[in-house]
Amino acid sequence: MEKIKRGLKSFGLPRIIILLFFVFLCVMAIVRDLNFPSLLSNVIARMPMDGVLVLAMVPGILCGIGLNFGVSIGIIAGLLGMTISMEMGATGLVGFAVAILISTVFSSLFGYGYGAALNRMKGSEMTVSTYVGFSVVALMCMGWALLPFKNNNMVYAMGAGLRPTIALDGYYNKILDDFGVFTVGGITIPTGSILFLLGMCFLVWLFLRSKTGIAMRAAGQNPLFAEASGISVNKMRIVGTVLSTVIGGIGIIVYSQSYGFMQLYNAPRMMAFSAIAAVLIGGASANKASISNVLLGVFLFQGILVLGLPVVNDVFQVQNLSEIMRIIITNGIIIYALTRVKGGTSRG
Amino acid sequence: MAKNSERSALLDFFFRNKVAILFSLVSLLCLWISGIQVSFLIKELLTRLARNSFLVLALIIPVIAGMGMNFSIVIGAMSAQAAVIMVTYFKLSGVVALLATFALSLPIAIFFGWLTGKVLNRAVGQEMITGMMLGYFANGIYQLIFLVLVGSALIPIVDPDLLLSSGVGVRNSIDLTNTIKYTMDDIIRVPAVWFLVIIGVAGCVWFIVKAVKAKKKGEPMSVNLLLAVLCAAFVGVVLMPGVYSGLMTSGSNRQPLTVPLFTFFIIFLLFLFNGVFLKTRLGQNLRTVGNSMSVANSAGINVNKMRIIAIMISTVLAAWGQIIYLQNVGTLQTMTSHESVGLYAVAAILVGGASVRKATNAQAIIGVVLFHTLFIVSPQAGQALFNNAQLGEFFRVFLSYGVIALALALHAWERVKKNKEDVEEAGQLPPGGDAEASAKS
Amino acid sequence: MSEYVLEMLNISKEYSGNQVLKDVTIRVKPGEIHALLGENGAGKSTLMNILFGMPVISSTGGFGGRVLIDGEESKITSPNDAIHAGIGMVHQEFMLIPGFTVTENIKLNREIGRPNLASRVFGKSMEILDFEAMAKDAEAALRKVGMDIDAYTMVAGLPVGHMQFIEIAREVDKKGIKLLVFDEPTAVLTEQEAATLIKAMKELAASGIAILFITHRLDEVINAADQITILRDGTQVADLAVADATVPKLAELMIGREMDRSELGDPRDLTQEPVVLSVKNLTVDMPGETVKGVNLEVHKGEIFGIGGLAGQGKLGIPNGIMGMYPAEGTVSFEGEAIELNNTKEALHRGLAFVSEDRRGVGLLLEESIEDNIVFSAMQSKGEYLHRFGPFSLKNTGKIRRHAQEMIKLLDIRCTGPGQYTGRLSGGNQQKVCVAKAITLGPKLLFVSEPTRGIDIGAKKLVLDFLSRLNREEGVTVVMVSSELVELKSICDRIAIICEGKVEAIMKPTDSDVDFGLAMSGYQMKEKGGAEGGEN
Repeated sequence: MEKIKRGLKSFGLPRIIILLFFVFLCVMAIVRDLNFPSLLSNVIARMPMDGVLVLAMVPGILCGIGLNFGVSIGIIAGLLGMTISMEMGATGLVGFAVAILISTVFSSLFGYGYGAALNRMKGSEMTVSTYVGFSVVALMCMGWALLPFKNNNMVYAMGAGLRPTIALDGYYNKILDDFGVFTVGGITIPTGSILFLLGMCFLVWLFLRSKTGIAMRAAGQNPLFAEASGISVNKMRIVGTVLSTVIGGIGIIVYSQSYGFMQLYNAPRMMAFSAIAAVLIGGASANKASISNVLLGVFLFQGILVLGLPVVNDVFQVQNLSEIMRIIITNGIIIYALTRVKGGTSRG
Repeated sequence: MAKNSERSALLDFFFRNKVAILFSLVSLLCLWISGIQVSFLIKELLTRLARNSFLVLALIIPVIAGMGMNFSIVIGAMSAQAAVIMVTYFKLSGVVALLATFALSLPIAIFFGWLTGKVLNRAVGQEMITGMMLGYFANGIYQLIFLVLVGSALIPIVDPDLLLSSGVGVRNSIDLTNTIKYTMDDIIRVPAVWFLVIIGVAGCVWFIVKAVKAKKKGEPMSVNLLLAVLCAAFVGVVLMPGVYSGLMTSGSNRQPLTVPLFTFFIIFLLFLFNGVFLKTRLGQNLRTVGNSMSVANSAGINVNKMRIIAIMISTVLAAWGQIIYLQNVGTLQTMTSHESVGLYAVAAILVGGASVRKATNAQAIIGVVLFHTLFIVSPQAGQALFNNAQLGEFFRVFLSYGVIALALALHAWERVKKNKEDVEEAGQLPPGGDAEASAKS
Repeated sequence: MSEYVLEMLNISKEYSGNQVLKDVTIRVKPGEIHALLGENGAGKSTLMNILFGMPVISSTGGFGGRVLIDGEESKITSPNDAIHAGIGMVHQEFMLIPGFTVTENIKLNREIGRPNLASRVFGKSMEILDFEAMAKDAEAALRKVGMDIDAYTMVAGLPVGHMQFIEIAREVDKKGIKLLVFDEPTAVLTEQEAATLIKAMKELAASGIAILFITHRLDEVINAADQITILRDGTQVADLAVADATVPKLAELMIGREMDRSELGDPRDLTQEPVVLSVKNLTVDMPGETVKGVNLEVHKGEIFGIGGLAGQGKLGIPNGIMGMYPAEGTVSFEGEAIELNNTKEALHRGLAFVSEDRRGVGLLLEESIEDNIVFSAMQSKGEYLHRFGPFSLKNTGKIRRHAQEMIKLLDIRCTGPGQYTGRLSGGNQQKVCVAKAITLGPKLLFVSEPTRGIDIGAKKLVLDFLSRLNREEGVTVVMVSSELVELKSICDRIAIICEGKVEAIMKPTDSDVDFGLAMSGYQMKEKGGAEGGEN
């Protein structure tokens, strides 16, 4: 009994509420005959879309920089990768691969600079990274409007910069989704995307069992301990930040190929918050995260969104309720996590 | 040498206000590029000063209490909007409506300010980002109440003017003409030119007096002289033919432009309040807490209570500030009027030279002027430079976020350098050190 | 009224079975300067915690005995109560606000205000402060402690000595102060400032305020105190008037304890062996344990002890050499210079250390025993890994096997190598830390406070293990400890650190008096090839 009580307490009241809410939605969907099986498979099908972005949070949390509100920097790198790949005219799998490659180059560079800056701000990473993220997105708004892209699919007819939404048809729309896709009971399972997500998770898992990965985790858990074994905590934080940024870039590419569109300008601004909320719902905290948190979190988060809309519309007949719920849940879980942040122990 | 100390005083002044000076230069540049008329700029600035200053001044007390930039003033703004909706529902008008709005918003702001303070106390060290997230969260609750619950079975009111056609949810846009529009502004209006000239001359005299006093005490006076000259120059600009005639015709119906004197008077009262407040016992306690939570605690001050009080005061002031804003704008955009309150107010005060640890009245006002100048001129400048007005808008959004990011980064950097001075220790340090505590490990 | 302003009678206190204070009685008269002497761990801080009603006492079962103030039972359950009862404390760490003036600091949370309209409605918190009246009070308090400084000076930038006096002035300004406790007040002062402080103390005492003076500086005690109480291992071993005290007598009382012959180990003279570690002019900036110039030579195969009172710098030495805190000086290992501030280098060269802070530095509490044990070896030497070119993966099989060996070797009580170290008892955690260090296969091992806070059985095991490690494997051991008994039981030579320097290098067989004097800063003998400290 004690163990159960302790387990529940560490799981946290808000998560319990969210879990119960999810169960409630499931029950309502079944009871009101809203085609629960198809909804559920919808959730699973949509998981890989956000999954990689949520995965990007894990290296950041583990290396000690907390919740990476600045993953927008990685998202921008990903968007740059996609736009340049499209400008180059690369299509299909090649286009997808080129996008990832270019994105990785940019995100490594950006991530390195960002990580070095964060090293000088230990204890305030989350506050600063939020506004750095916003600034970068705003800066790139000017960038998208000014950069010399020419591809007709991307630019305004009048030539005043890139369009805010760019279709990926004919390029690599659904390239992962369609790989090995099959339909079951009316729902398409995007095998390729799922495999990609699981593959990325596996790679991260492997990394965390390597010498550097182990060192990085120690640096985040207890910087003094890490230093006592000769590890440079600053270096490890940069490793984690770069990883987070790179995976963030890949994440937006995976998301876009599933969605079918690239979204520029202000679209990336709030994406970090959803990814953070998802990993928190899955059980992570600002100091601790694991791959299972990612998978569980994405499942619950998507679950509430996908199930929420039909159930709420059915029960309440109010238009925006599911959107409002999303705002409350997303921000509520982040606030909860912030009230449980450990004080820093590094002497950086 | 007297010369050297004058020079170093000047250099020190420039260095300390580098952000404000940089912003001024950028604004002047954009003003020149955009081709906007000075009288138009002055007219816009007067309007925005009257509208926004109160809100920005509300940020000062939490900074003093060591809680950084209070991004959660949006909660105060939402409290005000709830009051406005209520007053609209009760179909009040005129000064009565205005007073009712102030009165109704007070308990709401106090309550939510108290809640905010309690949450922030649980996130010591992460107050700013938690405040920001609280703002977003509260927005969700606000939307829940005013889009879903109002008009429904839980809040069964019927008012076709106020609610959406479906009967549930408040309209997106509420015209305040019959309720509070201009109710504060119109109490006393004076011609703008007089107002500006008097302020300019008064400022000039004030700085000259300060310069003379400084000289008598043997201190450098160049900074005060410089400021006096700037005031005089300002008066000169106002009286310039093109500007003067512009100001004399840019009021409604091509009448001379007027300023809402009463509103400015209220803002001035907050100015005074901020100053006097710090000299009270409560203010001193807040200053102590802001300087060092551990020392305050060991002196017997209830640190948590002080922090909550600081946020409560700020939230109430923000609510009243939003009312002043709304009565000037004249329309309540139910879902969006409050959205950027936090962002703009914080950016403004930072541009004025404030930091996460220190904010003054002057910095707030100067910040409003500079920030909004850029706001006004950048779209035109963007149009003139790139043939793309939107670019100008992107630029000013980037600057807003960028200024905040920079200020936060600088502050974080300094905090790391300053070491563990303010590590929160809610418990008390046992006399004689922690020998016992570590022996038990 | 009672003749004593403070009486603490038959005080006992235990922390989870550990008797920290036993039947301690202390009585202080008004206007008396009463010194409280003792090593760390003797119980001085606990006694003060009880006097001030600190929550840590009540939350761990309260205390036995009575506390009387002016003859009446004390009702102190919080530091605020203590202030009301007329007892003040001048801390070691200054509770001052640098950005405030001297006046504001002295009057902190006790400011003087003038009532106004708002205050009648909202209460005293809206009173406007009367800075002039406050300044007058501040100046009076400053005069009382013999300090002449403008009441409106900003505290930031004042010399440390001044800050100490402002702290005192703040206590003195509190109405009705009857007793002031000074906790190691001269620790951070220059000689001159210390003299001024003693003079101020005497003046305060002369004005009727009783003073309880915690210190380890024996000459100050002789100089300033009227009455002296000495604590040792939680019991009171002496209560004497200054007239009956001499420095050597005090030293012996402070640390002397019966030790039967069997407890003493088997000290060897290995000074003919080559010098394996040479330390010259080492300074280390470790807050609370600053090292100000230490010179040592450790010979191959020795078990070398480093002792001294808390805060004197002994813990700074291994931390500095191993690069955990900024250090300067010249250190050579096996004849070649070793770079300071470089933990990686130190580990590479064959040095290892067990930190005194086992939970904060020594362990990852949320990782398994086996992962903790192999951590340093894995990171520093790349061991316990599968390698695939530039990539690596942890070799779980090898890690498990090695951990099981260590568990057996050190008798680590656990549910298995996969158990989280955070769940282990203190003693077993310490064993994991030791295992981690020796997994590196070091040539020289620093161990700091090896048996602090662990039970008797584990204590013995750890010490035996270190002894065997040294004698059978040839590992040179440098042991830093505040427990003289434990140092005497296995070390060959013991260096005593005082005020950040080596005061003396002694043999385990030297007398208690000599140890006590060395720990209090009186160099009585020089031993071994090392310089002593100053004095």
